[in-house]
Amino acid sequence: MMVELIGGALIGVAASLLWLGLGRISGMTGVLSSLFLLSDVQRRWSLFFLVGLVLAWPAVQVTGFATPITITESPWLLVSAGLLVGFGTYIGNGCTSGHGVCGMGRLSVRSMVATITFIAAGVVTVAVMNALEVQP
Amino acid sequence: MSALIAALSGFLFGLGLLISGMNDPAKVRGFLDIFGDWQPALIAVMGGAVVVFFVAFRFSKTRTRPWLAERFNLPALTAIDTRLLLGAVMFGVGWGLVGLCPGPALVDLLSGHASIFWFVGALLVGNRLAHWLVGPASTGK
Repeated sequence: MMVELIGGALIGVAASLLWLGLGRISGMTGVLSSLFLLSDVQRRWSLFFLVGLVLAWPAVQVTGFATPITITESPWLLVSAGLLVGFGTYIGNGCTSGHGVCGMGRLSVRSMVATITFIAAGVVTVAVMNALEVQP
Repeated sequence: MSALIAALSGFLFGLGLLISGMNDPAKVRGFLDIFGDWQPALIAVMGGAVVVFFVAFRFSKTRTRPWLAERFNLPALTAIDTRLLLGAVMFGVGWGLVGLCPGPALVDLLSGHASIFWFVGALLVGNRLAHWLVGPASTGK
């Protein structure tokens, strides 16, 4: 459980840096939505945040600390999931980062309710898929 | 300088997701598989992140403004409404289907898996569909 704790703490440091430095909540949903804003300071920091985020993978590969991932190859499943996540996080105004990390960290009741709800929905989804023997 | 802080924050966030294994969809689905072969280790990711941010947020209360900006942009929404709950349910279902949420999907963008492009493409389409069909949440101001 050590790598999970270290990784989590690092995510906390990243969120703290953005909050104390720029006064912004590091929520991925907000960052993505900001890409579509025509002119705003929010789009500026979001773009730089996104560049840093995306560059983490190649940086980790260079250091040799490779992390293989396992993911479904079904386009049908991937597109369905992507649409649900994109639509749901937009109307719910946040995902695992904005609600789960920052919102919980600042003891927002709204974010706690959202986090419990999306984790519960995820748990039920995986359980139903297992019951129906749908393997992603 | 503020651009550097934003990029550094994004980079550290990505490193955290990679080190913890949160970017691996199979591991995330294992975490959600409470009634099956449950792998609870990812609890520590959220736990670690929440504790660190909790401390930083408390510290920010002693300050009038951030180091490099005019003010702290606290989220204005507080309501627990249908919109929030429906959104969280939709997100959770999509999350459970393949094991990806927005942050990890973006971190995995350069992993070379074609699957990530399908997901991120649909993620952006879903985001815009919601924007056009539903629109931004009202902050009541």
